[in-house]
Amino acid sequence: MIRLERRLEPSRLWTVLTPLLAVALTMLAGGLMFALLGKPPLEAIRTIFWDPLFHPQFASYSRPQLLVKAGPLILIAIGLSVGFRAGIWNIGAEGQYIMGAVCGAAVGLAFYPSDSALLFPLMVVAGGLGGWAWAMIPALLKTRFGTNEILVSLMLVYVAQNILASASSSWLRSPEGMGFPGSRNFKQWPAVHNAELLPETGMHWGVVAALIAVIAAYVLLARHIQGFNIRLTGEAPRAARFAGVSPARIIVLCLGISGTLAGLAGLFEVTGPAGQVTIDFNSGYGFTAIIVAFLGRLHPVGILLAGLLMALTYIGGELAQLMLGLPGASIQLFQGMLLFFLLATDVFTNYRIRLSRREVA
Amino acid sequence: MKRRTLLASAALSLALASGAAFAQGDTPKVAFVYVGPVNDGGWSQHHHEAAMKMKEHFGDAIEVIEQESVPEGADAERVLTQMALSGADLIFTTSFGYMDPTINVAAKFPDVKFEHATGYKTAPNVSVYSARFYEGRAVTGYLAGAMTKTNKIGYIGSFPIPEVIRGINSTFIHARKANPDVELSVVWISTWFDPAKEADATQALLDQGADVVLAHTDSTAPLAVLQKAGAYGFGQAADMYEYAPEPRLSSIIDEWSPYYIERVQALIDGTWESTSTWAGIGDGMVGIGEFTGPIPEEALAAATKMKDDIASGAYHPFTGPLNKQDGSAWLAEGEVADDGTLAGMDFYVEGLTTEIPN
Repeated sequence: MIRLERRLEPSRLWTVLTPLLAVALTMLAGGLMFALLGKPPLEAIRTIFWDPLFHPQFASYSRPQLLVKAGPLILIAIGLSVGFRAGIWNIGAEGQYIMGAVCGAAVGLAFYPSDSALLFPLMVVAGGLGGWAWAMIPALLKTRFGTNEILVSLMLVYVAQNILASASSSWLRSPEGMGFPGSRNFKQWPAVHNAELLPETGMHWGVVAALIAVIAAYVLLARHIQGFNIRLTGEAPRAARFAGVSPARIIVLCLGISGTLAGLAGLFEVTGPAGQVTIDFNSGYGFTAIIVAFLGRLHPVGILLAGLLMALTYIGGELAQLMLGLPGASIQLFQGMLLFFLLATDVFTNYRIRLSRREVA
Repeated sequence: MKRRTLLASAALSLALASGAAFAQGDTPKVAFVYVGPVNDGGWSQHHHEAAMKMKEHFGDAIEVIEQESVPEGADAERVLTQMALSGADLIFTTSFGYMDPTINVAAKFPDVKFEHATGYKTAPNVSVYSARFYEGRAVTGYLAGAMTKTNKIGYIGSFPIPEVIRGINSTFIHARKANPDVELSVVWISTWFDPAKEADATQALLDQGADVVLAHTDSTAPLAVLQKAGAYGFGQAADMYEYAPEPRLSSIIDEWSPYYIERVQALIDGTWESTSTWAGIGDGMVGIGEFTGPIPEEALAAATKMKDDIASGAYHPFTGPLNKQDGSAWLAEGEVADDGTLAGMDFYVEGLTTEIPN
C-alpha cells in the first residue's frame, strides 16, 4: 500500500520540482477541459504560456505587459508574505491598496495642476501612508483588544470600497468629467504620471518598487534580526516570547509593512496603468496577491516568479479568449487548477511516499 | 435622432465617393469587449446577444471576436491593444469605464475603428453610441403614476451618474402627469446587477408604502418580489415577459443590434466615420415592451400616444415649464432640454423630495 511519511526536513529538490509538476498537471487537466469545450488543447495551452512571450505579433507588446500586471501583485504579495511568515493574516490588502491609491491621488489632485517635481514623491509618501494607516486599524485593534485581524482587515476592504466609490463620484471627481464618476486622468498630467521609465519596457516606478521590495524582503528575512523574530513568531510563538520578542511589536511591524507596500502598489497603479481613480479601478489585485504569496511559498524570489507566472496566465488567458474564443470562465478555472495542483503537489515537499507491502497477519 | 439621419446621408454620399474598403477574401474582423460575463442576464448579455444577431445578419462576411469580464482600467487597455494587434478592424467597447482606454488605444492604432458605448469622448477613429433610455422612462413613469393607489412609487438606483438621474427625473415628471400627488423614493444599491440586493431594495420600498417599483438595475429580482406582494413593476434592459401580465406592466428594452448591423455595414462599405449617436425610441434603440396588466383604458391610450409622440419627435420628455429641485428655473414654457445639459445631468427636478447622494 501507499503510505505518506513525514520528512524530517522539507525536501529541497521537491520545493523546486513541485511548481514545475503543478504547471505540467495544469496543462494536462486544462488541455482536457479545453478539448471537452471543443477547442484545440495544444493550441490553447501554447496561446496561454508561449504566445505572450514569443508570438511574433503579440510578444513585443505583451512581454512588457507582464511586468505591468505582475508589478503590483509582487509588491503586495511581498508585504503579505512577511506577515504570513509571522502568522499574521492580513486578508485586507485590497482595502489598503485602495486607500493608498485614494490618499496619494487626493494629495496630488489637491495641487492640480502643479508641475513641481516634488509632487510625485509626495504622492508616493501619501500613498504608502494611506495603506499603512488602513492596516494600522486591524493592528491596533488586535494588540489592544485582541480582535481577529483576518476579519477586521477583510471588513475594512468593504469600507475602503465605499470610500473609493464616494471619492470617484464626488470629492475626487473630475470637474471636466461631465458629472460621470472618475477623477482626472493622471496620464494627461505629465508631472505626476507614473509613465514607463524606458519606452516599451513596461518598467514603471511600481515595478521598480516591487523589485526593491523583493531584495529588501530577502535581506530582512534572511539576514536581519527583525526577520528572524518574524519567522520565530510564526514558527514557535512561545519560543519567541521567551526570547523577548514582543508580539505586539511584530503585529504592528508586519501589518505596517504589508499595508505600506499595498498602499504604494495602489498609488503606482492609479497614477500609471489605471490612470484615474474610478469606482472599480482596483480589480482585485489585493486578493490575487494572496494567491501569489502562497504560490511563491512566502519566499521573496518565489513570489517574484509566482507573480510573473500569474501575470502570464492572465495575459495568455486573454489571448486565448481572443484568438480561440474560449469562454472567460474557463480561463479562471485554468488559473484555479494551477493553484490547486500547486497546493496538492506540495505534499511531496513535506512527505515522502513509501510503498510497502501489507504485513501478513 | 435627427443627427442620426443627417450623418447617415453624409455617410451615403461618402460611400458613393469611396466605394468598398474591403477587397474580396479579406474578412473584416469585428471585436466586442464586455465588462461582465456574457450570461449576466443584464447589460453585457444584451450586447453579446446583439453582437450575435449582427453576426447572423452578416454570416461569413465578417469574423466576430469577443472578450468577456474585462475589468475597466489598465486591463481594458491591454485587451484592446491585443485585439487591435490581432487584426480587428472595428472594436465595440460596451461599458462606460472603457472610455479612456478606448481613446488611448485608438490613438495608437489610427487604422482600427472603435465604438464606445455610453461615453462622450470621440476621436477620428472613435465613435460613441448610447440610448435615450429616458424616453422609455417617460412612458413607464407615466404608467407608474397611473397605477399607484398609495401615491408612492419606488425607484432602485445603481450609481448617481447622469444616466440614472435622467431616468429618475423623467420617471417622476411623467408619473406626476398621470397623478399630481405622486411621491417618489429612491434606494441606491451601488451595483448594476445583484439580484439579492435588488430584491432587498424592492422590499424596502414596498415597506415604505410604494406599490409600483421601477428599477435601473438589470435582474428580474424586483419583479419576483413585486409579484409576491401584488405590486407592479417593469421589465428593465430585457422584456422580462415571463412576469406579464402582472406584475410587469411594460418594459424598457436595450436594442443594440440594429446599430451594430448599421455600423458593421458601414465598415464593410468603407463608409465608416466617427459619429456621436444618441438614439431613442424612434430609432429603435430603446424598445418599449407590450403593455400588459390592468392598466385603465385612459392611461393606456395616453401612454401609447406618449410613446408614439416621442418616437416621431413630436414630444420631448424634458419640455418646460420645469424647475430644478431647489426651485430655480430650468426650462421655460415649451422649451426643450438641450443634449449637453441632459448628458451631464446632476440635479433633480422640482417636486422630488430625496437628495442625490454624495
